[in-house]
Amino acid sequence: MAATNIEVWQQATVIETAAVATNIQRIVLAPASPKRAEPGSHLDLFVTIDGERRKRSYSVVDSTEDGSRVAISVLRAPLSRGGSIFMHGLQPGDTLEVTQPLQNFPLRVGAPSYVLLAGGIGVTAIVNMARVLKNLGANYTFVYAARSRERMAYLPELLALHGDNLQVHIDDEGTALSVADLVGSIDPSAELYMCGPIRLMDAVRRAWTERELNHPNLRFETFGNSGWYDPEEFLVRIPRLGVEARVPAGRSLLEALEDAGVEMMFDCRKGECGLCEVTVLALHGAIDNRDVFYSERQQQAAAKMCCCVSRAVTSRTGLEADAAAGGPAIVTIDVS
Amino acid sequence: MTIIQTKSSTTNKVLNYPLNTWYVAAWDHEVTRTLISRTVADKPLAIYRTEDGRPVALADACWHRLAPLSQGKLLAKDEIQCPYHGIVYNSAGRCVSMPAQETINPSATVPSYPVVERHRFLWVWLGDATLANPDTIPDMHQMDHPDWAGDGLTIPVTCNYQLVLDNLMDLTHEEFVHGSSIGQAELSESDFEVTHDDTTVTVSRWMHNIDAPPFWLKNMRDKFSGYSGKVDRWQIIHFEAPSTINIDVGVAKAGTGAPEGDRSQGVNGYVMNTITPETARSAHYFWAFMRNYRLESQLITSQLRAGVSGVFKEDEDMLMAQQAAIDANPDYEFYNLNIDAGGLWVRRLIERMLEAEGRMATAK
Ligand SMILES: Cc1cc2nc3c(=O)[nH]c(=O)nc-3n(C[C@H](O)[C@H](O)[C@H](O)COP(=O)(O)OP(=O)(O)OC[C@H]3O[C@@H](n4cnc5c(N)ncnc54)[C@H](O)[C@@H]3O)c2cc1C
Ligand code: FES
Ligand code: FES
Ligand SMILES: [Fe+2]
Repeated sequence: MAATNIEVWQQATVIETAAVATNIQRIVLAPASPKRAEPGSHLDLFVTIDGERRKRSYSVVDSTEDGSRVAISVLRAPLSRGGSIFMHGLQPGDTLEVTQPLQNFPLRVGAPSYVLLAGGIGVTAIVNMARVLKNLGANYTFVYAARSRERMAYLPELLALHGDNLQVHIDDEGTALSVADLVGSIDPSAELYMCGPIRLMDAVRRAWTERELNHPNLRFETFGNSGWYDPEEFLVRIPRLGVEARVPAGRSLLEALEDAGVEMMFDCRKGECGLCEVTVLALHGAIDNRDVFYSERQQQAAAKMCCCVSRAVTSRTGLEADAAAGGPAIVTIDVS
Repeated sequence: MTIIQTKSSTTNKVLNYPLNTWYVAAWDHEVTRTLISRTVADKPLAIYRTEDGRPVALADACWHRLAPLSQGKLLAKDEIQCPYHGIVYNSAGRCVSMPAQETINPSATVPSYPVVERHRFLWVWLGDATLANPDTIPDMHQMDHPDWAGDGLTIPVTCNYQLVLDNLMDLTHEEFVHGSSIGQAELSESDFEVTHDDTTVTVSRWMHNIDAPPFWLKNMRDKFSGYSGKVDRWQIIHFEAPSTINIDVGVAKAGTGAPEGDRSQGVNGYVMNTITPETARSAHYFWAFMRNYRLESQLITSQLRAGVSGVFKEDEDMLMAQQAAIDANPDYEFYNLNIDAGGLWVRRLIERMLEAEGRMATAK
């Protein structure tokens, strides 16, 4: 956002770590040059994966007023390239390079009512917003959905703080969230802020469009790392450059192309800006669109893809029986 | 909170400005369906009114390539279009259309600041929006109360806003700066009283049984045709943090009980001043002169506005010269005198606000 998102890098010391749910670690940092963290803000930081420095982002869950203590919470990602595993290994006294809080997901004060929707680890981006709305006495509903109770970070604290304003949906307790009901019952003047898996957010966006609700009132942040399908290994070909490369499950198409020496253009690396667009010439299998840059129409046309997040998969349904014969999936592309 | 007082903490020559507060960005009549650009507290703003009349203040820089939105176009409803590549935002600063793609980037927003229209002004809050409470807008009710009439203007001053506050908190300068209109020796000779609380400072001065200076003689004669006797004169300066100063001024026939509260034999005005920092070295000085007599006379309104305008031009010249001398003499400090007591309380209250925001008192 205009001028407010300049990365100011600094050292931070780990003050405290604690497990707050299955596979979720809370990490409290003391940055050297504190700055107040607004609701919706995150930190960028460097993790070390196989000796290489990699940038990752983590939402600020809570912080002191002056920003001298900032808490984040990290899910150990199931198919991690290693960033979240590195974060889980941190101990009090360790130091990290982190930015001051960055803001891509600002909360607007003064909406008539709010719905906050958190799916799984996406709760990290929502917790602070909910606290601010509660303090302001705003009219808000906090919807927190996850697969099981043990995986829900901060659930007891959130229940205590938000009481009846918090609606909890848990798949394996039979109380799974119905997106149709949620969006169907929303007040047309309400603003909805959401963060969660791309499947959930796609469903909400679709329902939002179907109900012809006001699009600017649907606010979301993508963590840029979830898809409709589990990542599989696939092949990429660029006939014009004579390139053929394997894209392992733990690497993005963009990274694989970079590894193969193709000079790529990109910016956000999380499926928002569209700068990493490649043209799809042929496809064996299907595309797992993980971006929010293309419209549904464009995604269905499958003529282009955002290679920083989207992948090729063998099967459009995720079922073995529907898999393209003779996997792996192969995507033939051209680049700019 | 403990405040560590040092001499220099109340004599900063270029004081920083608090952000968690309301500042006047414009007169209500300046906010129209034609975009204006105005910088408040170093933040350039694009200001306009929506089709249904609501005022809006957006950051004057497009999210995409920072082109100034104030040079863009107002569309239907509350929308504004960037002049460069046509991104459209609504009054909340949210992108509603990106012409070159089918979706809207989720982070495409520009800050939209809380605004309130009150006392004929547009007030804007640039700090933490969760703290923006309209009840903390300074009391300037004389601006649009039926018991008062008058008008004012805006002076663009090229000095730190604090110098304007200093100027208004100590009116002994009137004898020297405004000798031909409102100045007189009794101003410096008479005693004054200073009181303060957490957000206000009041300086009161009464001059008994004096000759009315030209400005006040004219005003007396507007109400009491041909009056030529002595007067009791008052100046009661009300400061409300961080930068509003309303001065209760007037004269009454000498000995008719004005100091005791009966002002019926006098004329009373309120000099309404609210100073908005623009940059560290410039400010928008919004003022009006309101009176509670001869409310029907537009002629008097125009005459008073012209007269006070002339007086304030003298202040403006002095303030600019003072700021230039400050900048030319970086090694010299201010010296504080007894007459500066009001201004020093003002500085102390502002510094408390700055401390609470974790900001430094001195601006660059
Ligand atoms: C603004 C923002 C805020 C975030 N906040 C949080 C937060 O508060 N807490 C948190 O835990 N995470 C957060 N994230 C995500 C976080 O930055 C990391 O992406 C996450 O920790 C995973 O990193 P990793 O290196 O462990 O795993 P990765 O290797 O990046 O894998 C993580 C997941 O990404 C998918 N994936 C794996 N390989 C690829 C590939 N090659 N291409 C595409 N997808 C792949 C898989 O589904 C896998 O489960 C945030 C991200 C953003 C952009
Ligand atoms: S780099 Fe932004 S969408 Fe891929
Ligand atoms: S700078 Fe505004 S649309 Fe490009
Ligand atoms: Fe003056």
